[in-house]
Amino acid sequence: MYSEEHIRYLKKLKRNKIIILITQIMLAVLFIATWQLLAHFNLINTFITSSPSRVLKTIINLHQTNNLYTHIFSTVFETIISFSVGTIIGIVIATILWWNNFLSKVLDPYLIVLNSLPKVALGPIIIIWIGANTTSIVVMALLISVIVTIINVLQGFKETDPIKIKLMKALGATKYQTYFKLVLPSSFNNIISALKINVSMSLIGIVMGEFLVSKKGIGYLIMYGSQVFNLDLVITGIVILAIVSAIMYYLVYYLEKKLSTNN
Amino acid sequence: MKKKKILSIENLKKIYHTKQGEILAVDNFSFNLYKGEFVAIVGPSGCGKSTILSILCGLEKITKGSVTFHNNATIGYMLQQDSLFKWRTILDNCLLGLEIKKTLTDENKQYVLNLLKTYGLGDFINNYPTSLSGGMRQRAALIRTLATKPDILLLDEPFSALDYQTRLAVSDDVYNIIKKEGKSVIMVTHDIAEAISMADRIIVLTKRPGKIKKIYDINLSNKSTPIENRKAKEFAHYYEQIWKDLDFHV
Repeated sequence: MYSEEHIRYLKKLKRNKIIILITQIMLAVLFIATWQLLAHFNLINTFITSSPSRVLKTIINLHQTNNLYTHIFSTVFETIISFSVGTIIGIVIATILWWNNFLSKVLDPYLIVLNSLPKVALGPIIIIWIGANTTSIVVMALLISVIVTIINVLQGFKETDPIKIKLMKALGATKYQTYFKLVLPSSFNNIISALKINVSMSLIGIVMGEFLVSKKGIGYLIMYGSQVFNLDLVITGIVILAIVSAIMYYLVYYLEKKLSTNN
Repeated sequence: MKKKKILSIENLKKIYHTKQGEILAVDNFSFNLYKGEFVAIVGPSGCGKSTILSILCGLEKITKGSVTFHNNATIGYMLQQDSLFKWRTILDNCLLGLEIKKTLTDENKQYVLNLLKTYGLGDFINNYPTSLSGGMRQRAALIRTLATKPDILLLDEPFSALDYQTRLAVSDDVYNIIKKEGKSVIMVTHDIAEAISMADRIIVLTKRPGKIKKIYDINLSNKSTPIENRKAKEFAHYYEQIWKDLDFHV
């Protein structure tokens, strides 16, 4: 049994948590309400700023014409493809670079240049090479996510405790055994954090690609909306995007929690 | 009974090559290890103590001299930290060496299980290392080393990561297990008291390059466990001698 003081302490902890949550919700409500009220009393120009009710109307409209899900599905699907392929290719390349120190040193400056280069600049080339289609959108997103994954995962591999590597060597482990029994599992946290970055990177890449070439997807919705000066559509696109990216981030977050309890 | 040689090191010399130049780490180092003997090597930090262990377990090449294992004696290496893998259970951690050497037979697994049971970890074989105390983890690390049935144990500052009280208790614990299993030991340490309380023989090294300065046969009256040995009346005498040999300056 806890003492009374401890129970008070636990209650205080819980109360703080609730207060933070309530404040967070209030902030969102306040923002949406203010926006709606300003629009309602014509204090802002809804042609430019849209309003929560107009966003809602746009969503319902998209839902009724069955376009909403095509766009969301297209963006999410492409993001998942780019995310999965980017993660696999990234980890494989990081493994090769860990394995071959010479190669790793040779490629180091190239990785740095590729990482700092804004990949959007490659967009036009990719479209010319591959064509204005889904493949080039995914390739664009891949370029962004692969480099980040390689760099983060490789760093994790290289941070493996040298004493544990010494232990493996003293036990007579081969490089293959050292990799699978020590380096890969000990980099678990780095790989997960690379995944977290990778989700948002992939989404950025896909939306960027959709801006440039697509005929569907949330990025296309935003682009199309701005071209026809339908700001309701633009802002709706942004709202949907915010929700989609938050859901994807939390999925990886829960994956991390679930896996790390088994670790 | 005549003492049986298990390891001979003759005129060992080790030179490291670095950008700054050649570093003579160990020079003219010779000694024999006998079966069941516990030898401690003490010396100032950076004197090449750990280099000797690295050479013995094949992690470093010999520059000159020779190392001979008699009757195919094998080596087990225990490092500064317990270095248990946190994603493996205690049992799986202890089986690591057998997995790597591809000798994970039912018989060998049973041997490890028996060790774990004998030394009080039987109820924790499916636990992960983080749920164990520092002392228990160190014991698990020792069993991981014993799993491949080495004849000689190399202990590289095995307790340096532990706080003082735990350190005393764990060194007692490890010592008793090693004696029960009848292993020969070479322990590297910078802790003079630890060396005197555990070893049969102490080799004192000079500053770099590590050369043998003196060898002490430790004869304590009523020799028993490391903690008890610290109470022996000869203890202070040895301590003083070795302290002088090491010639510490602030």
